[in-house]
Order: sequence, then C-alpha cells, then structure tokens
Amino acid sequence: MSAITHLQFLESEAIYILRETAAQFQKPALLFSGGKDSIVMAWLARKAFHPSRLPFPLLHVDTGHNFPEAIEYRDWFVQEIGATLTVGLVQKSIDDGRVQEEKGYNASRNKLQTVTLLDTIEENKYDACLGGGRRDEEKARAKERFFSHRDEFGQWDPKNQRPELWNIFNGRKHFGEHFRVFPLSNWTEMDIWQYIRQENIPLPSLYFSHQRKIIDRNGQLLDASTGIIPLHDDEKPKVKEMTIRFRTVGDVTCTGAVESTASTIDEIVAEVAAARQTERGTRADDKRSENAMEDRKKEGYF
Amino acid sequence: MTTTTLNPTESSLLRFTTAGSVDDGKSTLIGRLLYDSKSIFEDQLLAVEESSKRRGDAHVNLALLTDGLRAEREQGITIDVAYRYFATPKRKFIIADTPGHIQYTRNMVTGASTADLAIILIDARLGVIEQTMRHTYLASLLRIGHIVLAVNKMDLVDFDEAVYNKIVADFQAFAKGLDQLPQVTPIPMSALNGDNVVDKSEHTPWYTGPSLLQHLETVQVHSETAADEARFAVQWVIRPISDREDAKLGNLHDYRGFAGRMASGTFRLGDDVLVYPSEMKSKITGIHTFEGPQQEAIPQLSYSITVADEIDTSRGGMIVKANEPTQTSQEFDAMICWFADKKTLKPRSRFHLRHTTNDVRAVVTDVLYKVNISTLEKTTASKEFSLNDIGCIRLRCASPIFFDPYGKNRTTGSFVLVDEQTNNTVAAGMIIKSLVDAGEEDTEVAI
Repeated sequence: MSAITHLQFLESEAIYILRETAAQFQKPALLFSGGKDSIVMAWLARKAFHPSRLPFPLLHVDTGHNFPEAIEYRDWFVQEIGATLTVGLVQKSIDDGRVQEEKGYNASRNKLQTVTLLDTIEENKYDACLGGGRRDEEKARAKERFFSHRDEFGQWDPKNQRPELWNIFNGRKHFGEHFRVFPLSNWTEMDIWQYIRQENIPLPSLYFSHQRKIIDRNGQLLDASTGIIPLHDDEKPKVKEMTIRFRTVGDVTCTGAVESTASTIDEIVAEVAAARQTERGTRADDKRSENAMEDRKKEGYF
Repeated sequence: MTTTTLNPTESSLLRFTTAGSVDDGKSTLIGRLLYDSKSIFEDQLLAVEESSKRRGDAHVNLALLTDGLRAEREQGITIDVAYRYFATPKRKFIIADTPGHIQYTRNMVTGASTADLAIILIDARLGVIEQTMRHTYLASLLRIGHIVLAVNKMDLVDFDEAVYNKIVADFQAFAKGLDQLPQVTPIPMSALNGDNVVDKSEHTPWYTGPSLLQHLETVQVHSETAADEARFAVQWVIRPISDREDAKLGNLHDYRGFAGRMASGTFRLGDDVLVYPSEMKSKITGIHTFEGPQQEAIPQLSYSITVADEIDTSRGGMIVKANEPTQTSQEFDAMICWFADKKTLKPRSRFHLRHTTNDVRAVVTDVLYKVNISTLEKTTASKEFSLNDIGCIRLRCASPIFFDPYGKNRTTGSFVLVDEQTNNTVAAGMIIKSLVDAGEEDTEVAI
C-alpha cells in the first residue's frame, strides 16, 4: 500500500501533466486569472520546472471589469514566481469591433472573453493553454479530458473526445489546432483549499472576510463598491455594507459574494466543508441555462 | 465528514470504476455514495429535481448528476466516462463511472486503466449474466486487482441468502477461468434502500462482511509499490542555463535534472542505475523536488534526478536500477482494444505508438487472434479489428522501446496507438511478451 496522501498524489499528477505540456507542445501558455485555481496551478508549475523558470508565460484575459485587489495580486505573484505575463484585453476586442458589448443591467463581458482568448492564442501562436478547470466544478467539465483537443476554430467537440488511458496523453494535432490542458482535473474545491493551507500559498484578500458595499440582486450578492456594475435607480438605496468574502474570483459582473466571517484559511476550509451550495452557485454566468457552460466551452471558453 | 476532512495528511486515495448493465442500479448506487457522504450540494440536487420534473421522470433521476452533456440528458444515456469525487474521513475517492451500453468496452477499458478496484453490479433477480462475465474479463485484462461483486436489488428477492450464495458460487466458478485472478469481495445490497451501502443492513443478518463503504475505506490496494522494480521515465530535462545561485542547489550553471514521475519502486542517493536508450551505467547524485534535496524517490511522486556522468538521454528515455533492467525490443506481442468506429486495424496498419514518454512509429506485423468477449473464446476467423474488438497482435517499432510485460507493471507495459491521419487515439495496448531481439535474452519471455 502506497503511503502517500491524496494531496501528494494530486500534486504529483498535476506536475506530471505540466511537464507533459511543456514537452509535447511548441508554445504553451498558462491561463492566469488571479483566482485560486490558477494560482495553485501556477504554484505547481513553479515546482514542476524548478530550478528553471517557467518554460511558458502566464496569460491573463482581462475583461477590464476587475477587482483592483485581483490585479494588484496578479502583478505581485508574477514577480514572486519569476514568470512573464501576457495580457489579452477584452476592451481591445470591443474597440477593434471584434465583439459587441452586452447591454443592460446584467451585462457581462464573460462571454466576450472567448473571442479575446482565441485572438490572443492566434496572435501569439500558442498551441496549448493550461487552464485551472476542475471536473467537480460543473457537470460539463466532469466530461473534460486532461488534454482537450480544440479544432482550428477553437471549438470543443464533447462527443468526440480522445480516450485517455493510464498516464499516456496524446497531444498530436494538425496545424492550426490547439489544446486546452487541465492539470487540476481531479482536484475538488476542498483539495484546493487543503493544498493552499498545506503550502501556505498567499491569496488575494478578496477570498477572506471583509466589509464591502453590496447589492442583493435576485439573491446574488454583487459588488457595489467598484462602480462596475450599473445599478437601477431603485437599487441604489438598497446598497448596504456587508461582511462577505468571495468563494470564486473572476470578473466583477459575474462573481457573487457569500456572507462570511471566515478570515483565515482554517476558517475557510471549515466553511467549505460545511457548505451546502457549490462554489459556482455564486456564478451568474453558469445560471443562464442548464447548458450554459457546455455551450460556452464548445465555442472555446476556458 | 466535515470535521475530519480538515486533516488531509491521514487521507489516502482510492480510484475505482463501476460496471453494470443498463438497469441494475449503478447510478442509484453512485448517487447514494455521493449523497450519503454529503458530496452532493443543495443547488445540484435542486437543479436535478427541476430537470427530472421537466422531463416527466417519476422520481429524482440521480443519473442527471453525472450526465453532463446536453446530448446525454436529451437522450437519457451516458456517452462518456464521467469522473466523480467524494471523500470520507478515512479516504478520498475518484470514481470512473462508465456507461452500461453504447461503446461500452472502450469506456470501461478507459475507466479501468487508472482504477485500483472495480465494482461489478449484478441484479439479484437475474444473477450472473453475459454482461457480468464481460465486465469481469475486462477488469482482469486491465489487471485490476480487486473486484467488489455488488449483488444488488436484494430487496426484490426477499434478502434470500440462498439466492445470494448461488450468485457468488456462479461468479467464482466463472472467475476461476480467468488468466489473472482478482481478489473478489461479494456484498449483498440494495442501493435504492441503502442496505449494506454505507451501513450494515438489518435485513441480511446472515452476512458477516463489511458494508460497501466500509470495504472501500479499508481495502488495501497494491498498484504501484515500493517493492517493485524501479522505473522512472524521463519527461523533460531541466536545464536552467543560468549562473544564478540557488539556496539549496548552489550555482545552476551545470544543473541537468531528469524530470519525471516514479512509476514504481524506489531510488536512493548513490544507487547504481542504468539509463536508456544508451544503456550507460551511472550513479544517482541528486533526487530533487522544489522543497529541496531528498534521500529517496518513492512511487507515484514527481522528481528531478541528477546522475554522476554526462549521459545522453532526454524525453523518452528511462532510468532503472543497474541490476533491474527492463526488456528492450522493437517487436512484441500485445493485447489491444480497438477504439475507432470509422477505421479498422489489420496487418500492415501503421500508427504512432505512445509508450511511457516515448513516441515511435509502429506497424502491425500480424493479428494472432481476437477474443469473443461473450464466450472468452479466441478466434482466428478474421484479421480485422473494428470498434470495441479485443485481441492479440504483433507489432514492430521503428526503434526499440524499454518495457515490462503489463502483468508486471501497468505503467511500463501499456501503450496507445495513434492514427497517423487523424491523430486520434485509436487503441489501448498491453504488452504480453517481446520477441527475439536483443541477442540471447528476452527470448519469448511469457508473463
């Protein structure tokens, strides 16, 4: 019986995938959002190639709707692990007329990111993008491969995926095609938090309990402090100061907060263990329909 | 589970796969394991309840939890292997849930390739059927060491001990005929009512064994162990090409580390090693992780290894102990399972063969036999493989590969075949034996 713990197994598996990615592709990039999953993935990448520097850049697809804390953290983290950073700007895609901004109070640039991502991939000739997606996050992601093939239009064909056996990963592709690679496929939200605690990984302050101006929109606790989310006139008086934290960190418009007083990793682990809602329960982007994630993924979303 | 999962250091991992025919309650069983271990969340359950209602299902259809794709929900079938996760205070589990019908063999083989244990479901009313034998054969072919024979729907046969005993006896009679005998643990249960799933049932006083979950939490699996021969395939060479000073490693100018994962066995500092493909001998001078220099490398963990001499190896190479060489050969016999639905395999078919971190071109020199997986008989009537066919072929590679028979090592004995035109993975392979190649050794070494 092997004596290793499940976290040791998951860490080693992710390092194995990261090394396979570096070895099998010409020009990979690691998708970095400043969220906890991409932080853990980048942390593992540093381990995988130590004492060398990362053999690929971090790539941030920036919607422009950021929490300032997330950007501050991103710039600090890139320095800390000695990586290079490439940024794809959704604003540029809008200015170039590549995408049209959604209108209305629930407008989000979440969907537009896909075009920016695919344009950035093409521009830089990236042939593999490492993503922090996990199979436990969402039901369409439960069917995702470690090495996920994308056609020349960046599309995912879930019904025609390559079988993955043992620890053999097939990254062969034709010119113009690329791969998404998910080293954290087998991790759960709990594993991520336990690992962050074990490794003492610094996180953006957004993950910890803090006071923030919040608007409750249909049960979703949305940020009202950055001014990014437009408020209805009748919503303005309802904005209130609350004690919250974010369970996931993404674009401001689709990241909901939870009421929480958890201010340390231990308290967060305890909160996650007791949680009765999935973390993506706070994500407006997944709630648009039962197939929301699958549809976005087919188009080339993360 | 809430308090004890706080301590990850004591939690090990068990990977298992589930196999059953269409209506024998597999989804119900998995749903129950997830539900009772509190791994299903309220919003997931709510979404499933709403979908079930919309579809007009009479009860909450837990299969909707695992069937993630639109086409699966629309057609009420599972297309692909779904991976599910749950944890108890004792262990973390990864389930490879494989569908019961369409492309069954391909999916079960995929799920089984990374599993330590297989749960094979039997409907107590039907007993051992052809499907059961097929599932058991595949589990044994993939060398899964442990089988749980879940005799389900015992409530529908009044928890009759005689029914259960007959099924177990029938199964054992069949299993005796298999090449590789797995350890079998039969458990009478009712997944729907929860009998012997998490807790021991009052309805089976005659059954003295553990509940399913008790068994899963405590079973000792022997997949890759420290006692096996040491195998370390090189994935990537770490060369900082820098004069930076590292706090633990000193000047990095000459650092050249072989990055990979210990497939089996252990290395210690100072071990005499053999490095493929050159087959040069050297000594281990460093076993490194990000945390610093280590004394030994243990199975399943990832390292960067340095050796005493300037040895020419890179991705595709392998490091083993000097007194435990692998077999090396360009030509060998292997069992394969064919996955492609639009193409067939026959003599003279050419592929890319991917084995450990190696990628070489290979040609099928002969088809020795195919297996009828309903009767387990070998047939030589056809030399052509179509979707889900299993059988034995002879392959010749463009250059030698370094391997062990699959029966001895699942990592160094397995490979996949990749189609040269589409780049799709079209077959899973398990090496049986090498043919005459490297002089007097390796002559028809059977497993």
